Amino acid sequence: MSFLHLAIFLPFLMAMLIPIFYRWTNQLHTGWIVLPIPVILFIYFLTFIPQTMQGVVTETMPWIPSLGINFTVVVDGLSLLFALLITGIGSLVTFYSIFYLGKKKERLNNFYAFLFIFMTAMLGVVLSDNLVVLYLFWEMTSISSFLLIGYWYHRERSRYGARKSLLITVFGGLMLLGGILLLHVITGSFSLREIIGEASVVQASSLFIPAMILILLGAFTKSAQVPFHVWLPDAMEAPTPVSAYLHSATMVKAGLYLVARFTPLFAVSGVWFWTISLVGIVTLFWGSITATKKQDLKAILAYSTISQLGMIMTLLGVGAAALHYDSWSDDIYIGALVAAVFHLFNHATFKGSLFMMVGIVDHETGTRDIKRLGGLMRIMPITATIAFIGTFAMAGLPPFNGFLSKEMFFQSMVDVTTLNLFNADTWGILLPVIAWVGSIFTFVYSMIIFFKTFGGKLKPHLLPKKPHEAPLGLLLPPLILSALVVITGLFPNLIAKPLLEPAVKSIMPSLYGTDYHVHISFWHGFTMALLMTFGVIILGILLYKTANWWRPFIKEKVPRFFQWGKAYDNSMYYMEQGSYRFTLWIMTGWLRTYLNYMLMAFIILMLGTIFATDALNFDISTISRVTMMDYVLALVIVVTLVGVVFSKSRITSIILLGAMGYTISIFFIVARAPDLALTQLVIETISVVLYLLVFYHLPQFSNIEEKPKWLSVKTLISFGVGLVVFLISLSAYDTTFYDSISQYYIDNTYTKAAGKNIVNVILVDFRGFDTLFETVVLAVASIGIFGMVKLRLARREKNENK
Amino acid sequence: MELLMSILIGLMFMAATYLILSKSLLRIILGTAILSHGVNLLILTMGGLKKGKAPLLDTPGLPAYNDPLPQALILTAIVISFGVTAFFLVLAYRAYQELDSESVSKTRGHESDDE
Repeated sequence: MSFLHLAIFLPFLMAMLIPIFYRWTNQLHTGWIVLPIPVILFIYFLTFIPQTMQGVVTETMPWIPSLGINFTVVVDGLSLLFALLITGIGSLVTFYSIFYLGKKKERLNNFYAFLFIFMTAMLGVVLSDNLVVLYLFWEMTSISSFLLIGYWYHRERSRYGARKSLLITVFGGLMLLGGILLLHVITGSFSLREIIGEASVVQASSLFIPAMILILLGAFTKSAQVPFHVWLPDAMEAPTPVSAYLHSATMVKAGLYLVARFTPLFAVSGVWFWTISLVGIVTLFWGSITATKKQDLKAILAYSTISQLGMIMTLLGVGAAALHYDSWSDDIYIGALVAAVFHLFNHATFKGSLFMMVGIVDHETGTRDIKRLGGLMRIMPITATIAFIGTFAMAGLPPFNGFLSKEMFFQSMVDVTTLNLFNADTWGILLPVIAWVGSIFTFVYSMIIFFKTFGGKLKPHLLPKKPHEAPLGLLLPPLILSALVVITGLFPNLIAKPLLEPAVKSIMPSLYGTDYHVHISFWHGFTMALLMTFGVIILGILLYKTANWWRPFIKEKVPRFFQWGKAYDNSMYYMEQGSYRFTLWIMTGWLRTYLNYMLMAFIILMLGTIFATDALNFDISTISRVTMMDYVLALVIVVTLVGVVFSKSRITSIILLGAMGYTISIFFIVARAPDLALTQLVIETISVVLYLLVFYHLPQFSNIEEKPKWLSVKTLISFGVGLVVFLISLSAYDTTFYDSISQYYIDNTYTKAAGKNIVNVILVDFRGFDTLFETVVLAVASIGIFGMVKLRLARREKNENK
Repeated sequence: MELLMSILIGLMFMAATYLILSKSLLRIILGTAILSHGVNLLILTMGGLKKGKAPLLDTPGLPAYNDPLPQALILTAIVISFGVTAFFLVLAYRAYQELDSESVSKTRGHESDDE
């Protein structure tokens, strides 16, 4: 247990203490008490920067060593970048939420407990080396996210959104677990670094593709890639600090983290390259188009998050090509990975600030609907500045950091067309074209966010509240993020060397030790990418100006073809309906139906086994001789059987049943079993008396019975059962493998047990326990009968009611 | 002999199954009674129907004894099935008293209980 382990669990420990603090401190907002934790962690993780520039830091704590599950924490460039984002934005969000959530009306203890459990889970995901531990934290993020989305649980939409996100992300989580187990089957290890060390073994395995697809399903569901993106817009029912933290900066990037982590293992495959690139580019395209048609600011931001995540995913896919080049010095595909990591950082900064900005607008005006907003620039100048920086960075305009990463994105997309791997030279042209169109729509929705909210005329009559500038506490966190956007935009190399370069080296571990250096130049000459950016700006402005003309078209026509959300709702509905109907259909409530099921299963299983194992080997030579007497007895039994089955009178049935019992006792005499014959006679007599006694109180049964039909399920099943028993009896009879153990009884009945009736000695001496409990059965039956006859609770009530 | 017994046992099982699948409670009980007869005969047949002596030590005559173990098992089975049959009978009697019907259709739960 090192301080690194403690650092991961520090927010969790705090979450356990929050209820105590919440009760003790009535005056102070709970947020102030918990705020130091993420700040301390942020500073602590900053101290790792010099170390990760050199190599990795590893700490191990045994958890279940016998299963190879140890809590190993590894800090490398990628983990550190994520850990800094989690703790840094975590601090800002905690600070923001102090001013956002009212002290009186909100359940702050719940909020901060959920938030800090999430923080621990997220730190665990990015710092764990052991895949089982990673999975554990992965599910912990799903659960804490579920709790946070459903924070206002009295709202129906919150509960719906929380359930939807839980179902989808837990589905992905389970797929991820499957992938982890497959990797364990291949390599025998749960350690990510050991598995990557054995990459050649994994790549040669036949389980390579299944493991890859399962892990990708986990990543795609978490990172809201098409078609699993449907949960993210509904997760916007969460409080805005949660949206800013989980659903833009951290949790949705867990999938990207996973893809980046597994790149050294899977990137040799063309399936990996194409799946990630195509899913990412489709997500980018679809997210940006859909964002333009939304009215709610948070919905626009949700779809823009989906779109930007798709962009990073595409970059990771293209970056996978870098593994196929030997010399790193002139490799252009490393550039894609740099762009991915850089944009990951940039997106966390500007999207966090944008969500906080929307929270401020919501807080100060009472609405997030862009139809009712407008002209807030004069009233809320600082918020407008934040929004300006955020949206222009998102649109990819200079001098903000989004411009740089978008340029690198275009450059990578253009470079794909020159790639001569995985058929990229023929189909690769798709990527830059779709990316470019998607980017135009990104520009458009960014402009919609800014100008519809802050530009135009103020509509005071539409706003629930009288708008005014927000307090400094709400403005400070987004201002810090905006400052980061500008600083990294102007001086990208400030973070390039300490943060981005180690992160890229962790995605491509073979880069360690080479002289590869990340350098981001602000001005890189007139390239194709710059021309594409000009095109985006020109077409984007045109589209924004004509938005009133084409937005209705997208709003009304497109949804008819693509309604992912509806597909989810319908599948849930049909699954519930289907299982309900199936249960109603199969569980009829009639005992006869269930008997049919059981007997049919018996017939099918038995017949199948008999024929599959060729069990019918009846040997006629061991058969014993049949006498005339046997034929007569058998005939009598058959006659009584027919009589009982077809009789319409109960008295006939009873008498025939008695006749059958007596015939069987004669059978016992013939088979030299005197005790059996005696017992059978007595029992049959008592039974017949009992039948007569009870039947006296019962009606004739023929009136409810349908006429016997020769071809009915009932007939077929009873024929089948008879046949199966006949076949079993035939094939089981001839078991001459071993002699009977009865010789022991015959030899020792007199000498050891002092009796001459062997059956009786077996019953009371050799196997006396059987007899003891048989007696108990009789006692229980008689007590039960006594109880049934005497105990009349329901009848008494009925009489009282009368 | 075993072939004959196997056919007989098969027929008994067939009749018993047919009766158990009826609507009337009493026919079902008759079916279980026939079923237990069939099972007893099956145990006896599987133990071997060689015509030896009855398993009493001082019986003179034939050289070998019949297998005593299946007989002991059947004796136990007869008593247990008698206990269960008696219980079933009284149960059917009580069910008829409470429900005024001997049809198993009446023993189905209410439609509203399913939902």
